[in-house]
Amino acid sequence: MQEFVDGLVANPSWVHYLGAMLAFGGIVVFGFVLPIAGITTWVERRVAGRIQSRIGPNRTGPAGFLQWLADGIKSLLKEDIVPDAADAPLFKLAPYVVMTGFVGAFVALPFGGPLIIADLNVGILYITAVTSLVVVGILMAGWSSNNKWSLLGGIRSAAQIVSYEIPAGLSIFPIVMLSGALSMQSIIAEQGAAPWRWFIFNNPFTFIAFFIFFVAALAEGNRTPFDLPEAESELVMGFATEYSGMRNLLFFMAEWGNLYVIGAIVATLFLGGWQIPWALAEHPVPRVALQFGTFFLKSYFWVFVAVWLRWTLPRIRVDQMMIMCWKYLVPLAFVNLLGTAAWMVVFPHGAPGVPELLCVAAAVLLGLFLRRVRYHLTRAGLKREELSYNILATERIPGLG
Amino acid sequence: MGLAGFEVEVQRETRDGGLATEDMTLSMGPQHPSTHGVLRFVIRADGEVMKEAIPDIGYLHRSIEKIAEKVGWHGFMPYTDRVDYVAAMPCNQGWAMAAERLAAIEVPKRGEYCRVIATEFSRIHSHLLSVGSMAMDIGAYTPFTHAIREREYINDLLEELCGARLTFHYMRIGGVGWDLPPGWRDKALAYIKRFEPLIDEFNDLISWNKIYTERLANVAVVSARDAIDYNLVGPNLRGSGVRYDVRRDEPYSVYPDFDFDIPVGRGEMGTVGDCFDRYIVRIREMKESCKIVRQCLEKLPGGPVIAKVPRNFKPPAGDCYVRLESARGDMGWYVVSDGTAFPYRCKIRTGSFAAISIVPKVSRNLMIADLIAVIASLDLVAPEIDR
Repeated sequence: MQEFVDGLVANPSWVHYLGAMLAFGGIVVFGFVLPIAGITTWVERRVAGRIQSRIGPNRTGPAGFLQWLADGIKSLLKEDIVPDAADAPLFKLAPYVVMTGFVGAFVALPFGGPLIIADLNVGILYITAVTSLVVVGILMAGWSSNNKWSLLGGIRSAAQIVSYEIPAGLSIFPIVMLSGALSMQSIIAEQGAAPWRWFIFNNPFTFIAFFIFFVAALAEGNRTPFDLPEAESELVMGFATEYSGMRNLLFFMAEWGNLYVIGAIVATLFLGGWQIPWALAEHPVPRVALQFGTFFLKSYFWVFVAVWLRWTLPRIRVDQMMIMCWKYLVPLAFVNLLGTAAWMVVFPHGAPGVPELLCVAAAVLLGLFLRRVRYHLTRAGLKREELSYNILATERIPGLG
Repeated sequence: MGLAGFEVEVQRETRDGGLATEDMTLSMGPQHPSTHGVLRFVIRADGEVMKEAIPDIGYLHRSIEKIAEKVGWHGFMPYTDRVDYVAAMPCNQGWAMAAERLAAIEVPKRGEYCRVIATEFSRIHSHLLSVGSMAMDIGAYTPFTHAIREREYINDLLEELCGARLTFHYMRIGGVGWDLPPGWRDKALAYIKRFEPLIDEFNDLISWNKIYTERLANVAVVSARDAIDYNLVGPNLRGSGVRYDVRRDEPYSVYPDFDFDIPVGRGEMGTVGDCFDRYIVRIREMKESCKIVRQCLEKLPGGPVIAKVPRNFKPPAGDCYVRLESARGDMGWYVVSDGTAFPYRCKIRTGSFAAISIVPKVSRNLMIADLIAVIASLDLVAPEIDR
């Protein structure tokens, strides 16, 4: 950002920097963050439809693509109800706190080579800190609604997010140690375009750290199998039970937008960020476009995985969730941290051959998984037309009345 | 809260001089996403742990038994659909069997076969709804849509049979309303052939899922002794390991003609009689029902489907109690006739009513999330509880 302003204005003062940052921030929020949260709802509903052998939204726009806009407008126009017994100021404030925590993360998230609002030198630390604001908002919503189901949802959410921040944070440490930086751009610069130069395959410990981080991030994002705070069949709608209209929408925008944040952090820390394979484009514009595309695809893939998980897995119970965090993930994350440290002492310049080996291992795992998927598909033995509704629809029998 | 036997008293407990805590009273239902109709539980909870969950029933009471005294023998048949609208065929059959026993009417063989086909299909589609909504209550939405898709196909078949998709009114006193439509037999056989592998697919989808089994195993264990003491019937009883099925032990209709197993809970994932056992028994019963329907369709005899029954039906004075295995277990119909065109008294004994009585016992010290699993695993259907 700074170089960009330096090139534009002859003698930049802090006013110019501030103005440029606000402008870019505005562009990111209104041109990227809000649409991405909206479009993710559409993606989620289409994917869910496919998984559940139904169609999903398909009326508004091509393949229902504009459904998210229609839903947004509908929510805006709806009445904003504040229950009489609610703590009105807190009740009204809560969605904005959640939204702030979520949008704040985008300040330090990279989009491509030079595309970042502010490359903070404490980048990843800042993101972890600012996303914790979400829990404050959810707790506020749960408490101020004056509804016991909301309260239970809020308490669950607080317990869950606070707990899972520990394994998430602990699995970020190995990457910080390897790259020697907290800044998102520096972490990406330490990695390469090829998979074996990504941090995930750097050593076995980072490989495990990746999975710990993804699981913990899902839990922090309140996604299935950790969607206990808004567990529909248990707590009606959890902390959001009493909300309606736009305030309700803000919660869900934050939830779906958070998916992209999770994907972007995963892509940055473990998957080489916006590094593109080779010097494909010398000119800055296509290069940046390519970098943006690479980063977006890597990030959005994990959004898809989260959606896939949500429509596949049941929800775990609140005690099981705590057990999983404190008994399994936290110790494992500590082992990872120590392991990475030991690895860095033993192999100060990286172990030759290990990243490539880990790549092969990952490919084999993926292959086995796909074989399993194929097995289920063949075992189900259903053709597409057999699944269509018309198999038994019959001609009416004449004379039956 | 004016509920008998439940005092709302603030209990202050101090654990070793720690903070005083208060129990929270939660009202779950009658409008709650997972109470399956209008059912209400009053929960006394310490945080997430329930100390007590007391069912409050009666929101769906429609005086069906009283209606029987006013509408006459034939006229009551459509009302029986509403006793348990998730599986209406067995209720039809119960009323018909009671009236036939009072008047000593012999149902033609083909009529009995049609009844068994319809009842077993009804059992399958009731169990589909049960296992599907159970998965949904645990938080997995996809199995529900898959189960409902299959339920729709069965509804299509039954619609062709009797013109209705939910409240069938297929059976009559003395037989069934209509014979199978032409071509229906092959269609039903084709459907059974398609459906049986889908049960395995459903198992792959959800039943053996680790999270799912962990949620259900060892939760709300009902021992065989308790199951008998609390009068549980049907899959709930068999889930506790008691091999009892009215179709086998007190055969009615043409069930002795068929070869089928009675699946019981074996404690595969935890203890015998836990939520998972009750769930898996329903899955296996669907397979057994498929077997029965196939044998039925293959052996289908010819002849009429309904016996000659006078329009002005007046069974001789007397009373009778018939029992049959509905989707929710042993269903009893006690009917008294005084020789007039109207029944003197009708009393229906249903499985869900017995099942809900064990909820306070098994739900003690469980998590609130577990209560959802308990309700779903007992397959409580509100209209059948209240009638």
